[in-house]
Amino acid sequence: MRYSALKILKEGLTGNKGWTPAWREPEPKKSYDIIIVGAGGHGLATAYYLAKEHGLTNIAVLEKGWLGGGNVGRNTTIVRSNYLLPGNQPFYELSMKLWENLEQDFNYNAMVSQRGILNLCHSDPQRDAFARRGNGMIMSGADAELLDQDGVREMCPFLDFDNARFPITGGLLQKRGGTVRHDAVAWGFARGADERGVDIIQNCEVTGFDINNGVCTGVKTSRGDIKANKVAVCVAGSSGRVMAQAGMRLPIESHVLQAFVTEGLKPTIPGVITFGAGHFYVSQSDKGGLVFGGDIDGYNTYAQRGNLPVVEDVCEGGMAIMPMIGRARLLRTWGGIMDMSMDGSPFIDKTHVNGLYFNGGWCYGGFKATPASGWCYAHLLATGNPHETATQMRLDRFERGYMTDEKGQGAQPNLH
Amino acid sequence: MIINHPLLGPRDAAEFVYLGDASLINRPDASSDDAAQAFYEYLYLRDNPAGEHKELWYHEQGDRSWLVVTRNTLTHEISKVEIARDVARAAGGSA
Repeated sequence: MRYSALKILKEGLTGNKGWTPAWREPEPKKSYDIIIVGAGGHGLATAYYLAKEHGLTNIAVLEKGWLGGGNVGRNTTIVRSNYLLPGNQPFYELSMKLWENLEQDFNYNAMVSQRGILNLCHSDPQRDAFARRGNGMIMSGADAELLDQDGVREMCPFLDFDNARFPITGGLLQKRGGTVRHDAVAWGFARGADERGVDIIQNCEVTGFDINNGVCTGVKTSRGDIKANKVAVCVAGSSGRVMAQAGMRLPIESHVLQAFVTEGLKPTIPGVITFGAGHFYVSQSDKGGLVFGGDIDGYNTYAQRGNLPVVEDVCEGGMAIMPMIGRARLLRTWGGIMDMSMDGSPFIDKTHVNGLYFNGGWCYGGFKATPASGWCYAHLLATGNPHETATQMRLDRFERGYMTDEKGQGAQPNLH
Repeated sequence: MIINHPLLGPRDAAEFVYLGDASLINRPDASSDDAAQAFYEYLYLRDNPAGEHKELWYHEQGDRSWLVVTRNTLTHEISKVEIARDVARAAGGSA
């Protein structure tokens, strides 16, 4: 069923009796060409692009819980392509271009809102680093503007420009960045994949891989064994647990990132504002809530909740740079589990097991990458070769000495 | 989280800095033939278990000791805290 304004009008006039479920609830078949493990944003996007761009539809997406119930439902909805390094930035710019056409492409309202993202800077060296980053962005085809203090003041007069520790001297603005309705991304990709014939099988946990003589021929699940020519794991946050079933150790630690939302307020924050020096970033949802967050808690965990010291740290950062939010009441907080990789960059790659593929290590940047991750993973699965923007997202890059370390922090996952 | 320091008693985890898996104590032999592979695995690969995890915490805002904390990554429950030096010595290290 194609959604349109005309369809809404027709259904509204005829009692809304013609709507059908957005996807089926199929029983798993005995075998598929490709099994994707994990019906999150990235897994569903992979299935969607495999079906739409490569014409492959004998595909199952297996999900332990319900689709879109993991990190695609737990993030702070920000999209941007403001990276620096050649191994990352072209990929994220591909993602931004896909976001820009996503709703028309999958015929679903994902509320893509390019309201801009502003990174604040506080010193001359930081401004110089932002100028360099902005140049890197422009070279990849993205947009970037370096603002002076007056430019930031015009956008965000409510910031504490004369903060004693971090006075605001300017910022790097990407106007094409913004926010997207995160759940709708999962639903849109699921619907698009399903209507092209992909089986999305929920409540089906993968409990093991069938690996013989270095070849993966299928998976064991809570709903029986399923054969496949290719098995594509896409479970960021749980990558360590799932890939351990294939006997693999990964260059990844699992960490929790907390997020917060206040009660609804009148429109006040113009876009996304990041105060990296103070571990705080914020945007305002269309419902009016201030959605904000900061750093990861910093210790290995699979519990989807954090601890209070980080809550305090994030709120201190918010109060320091944006004192006006002090009386906003916090409505909800939650935590999501991140695959923190050893250089802060992700993986889209084959493994040493034939027929077994891996997508993960997204740190806390997985949401913005959703369409490009699906696009590039689908490309790898369909053609056997990495997509041109994902050639450095290899699992063996540490062994070969080719890290993509945006922050230059080294092999210390909780610092990326 | 409260870390029950063997010398100082219960301390807030916020006083500590986290390094990672306690296997980082077991530095590979740099003179062995497979040193390159061993150091790659030592530095970059992790078990990353869901459940009991031995990990290194540094008491930066306290007595500057390194601890080996046994903590459950599903519940955050801490079951054991040892001085890292004792652990390393028991394993035959020279720390």
